Amino acid sequence: MNQADRLSERGIVVHKPYARLSQEQIEMIDKASLDLLEKPGILCYHEESVSMLEKAGATAKKTREGEHDAWWVSIPAKVVRQALDTAPSRVTLGARNPDNKVVLDAEGNRVYFGSGSETNYWLEVKPETFTSKVDGHERTIPVMKRNRGNLDYLCRSAHIAEQLDNLDFFIRNVNVQDSDITTENKDVNVFFAALNNITKPVVSGVADFDQLESIVNMAEIIVGGREELVKNPVVSFITSVIKSPLQVVGETAEKLIAIAKLGLPVVISTSPQGGSTAPIDELGMVAQVNAEALAGITINQLANPGAPVIYGAVPVRARMDDLHDMYGVPEFCHYNMDCAQMARYYKVPCYSTAGVGDAKVPGIQASVEKMYTYTAVPFAAPGLVHYAFGLLDKTQTFSPEQAVLDNHKIGMAKFLHRESGVNEEAVEKTKKTIEEVMHSPYRMYARYARGMLRRGEIFGGFPFEGEAEDQDQTLLQVKEHLNELEAREHQHLPEDICKKIFESTPGLLDRLNPYK
Amino acid sequence: MSKDLIDQIVNNVLQGRRNKDDEGIEEGMAGDPGVAELVQEALDNGIDTNEILLNGLSKGMEMVGEKYETGEYFIPDMLTAAEAVEEGMKVMEPHLVKGESGSGKGKVIMATVEKDLHDIGKNLVSIMLKGAGFTVVDLGIDVPAARIVEAAEEEGAGLVGLSALLNTTMSNMGDVVKELEEKGLRDKIKVIIGGAPTSEDFAKEIGADSYGKDAFAAIREAEKLLK
Repeated sequence: MNQADRLSERGIVVHKPYARLSQEQIEMIDKASLDLLEKPGILCYHEESVSMLEKAGATAKKTREGEHDAWWVSIPAKVVRQALDTAPSRVTLGARNPDNKVVLDAEGNRVYFGSGSETNYWLEVKPETFTSKVDGHERTIPVMKRNRGNLDYLCRSAHIAEQLDNLDFFIRNVNVQDSDITTENKDVNVFFAALNNITKPVVSGVADFDQLESIVNMAEIIVGGREELVKNPVVSFITSVIKSPLQVVGETAEKLIAIAKLGLPVVISTSPQGGSTAPIDELGMVAQVNAEALAGITINQLANPGAPVIYGAVPVRARMDDLHDMYGVPEFCHYNMDCAQMARYYKVPCYSTAGVGDAKVPGIQASVEKMYTYTAVPFAAPGLVHYAFGLLDKTQTFSPEQAVLDNHKIGMAKFLHRESGVNEEAVEKTKKTIEEVMHSPYRMYARYARGMLRRGEIFGGFPFEGEAEDQDQTLLQVKEHLNELEAREHQHLPEDICKKIFESTPGLLDRLNPYK
Repeated sequence: MSKDLIDQIVNNVLQGRRNKDDEGIEEGMAGDPGVAELVQEALDNGIDTNEILLNGLSKGMEMVGEKYETGEYFIPDMLTAAEAVEEGMKVMEPHLVKGESGSGKGKVIMATVEKDLHDIGKNLVSIMLKGAGFTVVDLGIDVPAARIVEAAEEEGAGLVGLSALLNTTMSNMGDVVKELEEKGLRDKIKVIIGGAPTSEDFAKEIGADSYGKDAFAAIREAEKLLK
């Protein structure tokens, strides 16, 4: 385990981001997206957003979509450009431990990895011993069972996330389905469960608008007031304000505007599916998802110019046999790498995706799919890479063992971006070393490897290798390591802070209080 | 003074420093006396050779082994420590009385067999054997069976260590065993083999005495065979 730990550092700088699109192609997509925002425009279900857009120069035409009022809004390019001008290129995601802050810079190349998102299931792994009918030998096999997500699992996942060195920010990864959780108390409980178990940035969606105030109040208590919260936003938000294709959701737009007015960071997350809610081809997908992200950013900036906002594009591809999402495929990488370039072009920090397994359980398929996207997507240097820990069965299942494995895979992906170390001084040193070795009895370089080994500059290999010659024991080894991580001390909020939060937050469940 | 010098020898074995020019595991040690200089200083101060060997060099190597077992040290650390011990032994050699413990645990001929040019594994075992107190005569790579047997006889070696990486050359190991038999030396000279394509079964098949699955196993086996 030490070897894997040694590799870790907060985020990674991608020194030469991969530019899949040429400048000319970027400009073509930009123009296509802006044209789409003008014609056909967006279908907006939120009157306040429509008013703001109209005031800025857009034109709107009321219509009726089923049971709801809606407006076809044609947004001219200049309105979008103006919003992009006010959107900051640097956004900080605060953290309980200030050393864990994530500083996003659209003009820099640092990439951070985080978890997400609300899976319905927690995959439990239990080792069981069986006797083979073939050779009569006993073997211990990991047996898996899917359990419905609950608050306890959420607390555990935040605690595990705190221990994973390559995890830089936390998006809750378990949907809580406890019997005492209701629409009216869900948000406060899930935010508290996260904040009370992790000192890294907490980023999350809000299901119920009415709980936004309580969540912000909770965060203010933790950092010591509103001003402090704006400086160190220990909570940041995700709004899925766009329903693809090109529709603005009413309730979410309301949250987006409120968060913008609070001056807290927000991700405009749009997740079209190539083949169903967006074109499946690369150009079509990226032109649309880019237009959607720009529409969200525009509403956010009109609500509060200069508010911290993140270009969140989560384009996925549809499976052709059942139209489910598909993450571990080349098109997914193309879409996401292109979006990272578009966000950089607009100088707005980017929120991207890698590491989701389409596989249902940890294993060969999951490893292939995950390693593929961990390797490809970060090369384009998006600022945030979410969904990166423990996600399986598209995004239906969270496996803590898989999260531990993913932590190692991300360590490998990060290692790829280390600098080559080629410089004049190193060249002279290298020549001297080779000459020395050539004149030594065995002509071996082992002696010279030690410095790099101690500095963590040599990759340690796979830390969960089993001894057996007739069985893959990875998951069993990971399970042991997970037990060690879970046994580590919890980083709970101080008692006085907890007390204040519980006194002032309606709906918070007593069983979450570690001091009760 | 005596204890201090011996402790420094132990520490420099742990750091894998042959002499003052070497860096240790920790940075900034180059320029300080290494094992060769410290052993010389110990001898100049009249410290008993047995004391230097047992409480200095051997103890240092033992500690390196323990650190390897616990995962603190890696193969490069073992190798450099063994090299440092070897340097210390060179300084000690003229001062050792024949038959004294320092003259070693026995003599081993090491070679990669004919038509095989690979030497990483063989070198690893050679260095480790030296660090463990064996006298090693390393014949190098691509060595014909007749030459290996001739050298073993000339040197009065008790053990021949054979290495091969190719499954096309491993059969040449059997030729060495046959050659020893033909020369009537088989009773006096043991044979241990190793290398990726070899196995315990293969060792038995060609009539070798032992098989080392890795360098550490090879050292353990050598100690048993030359006890």
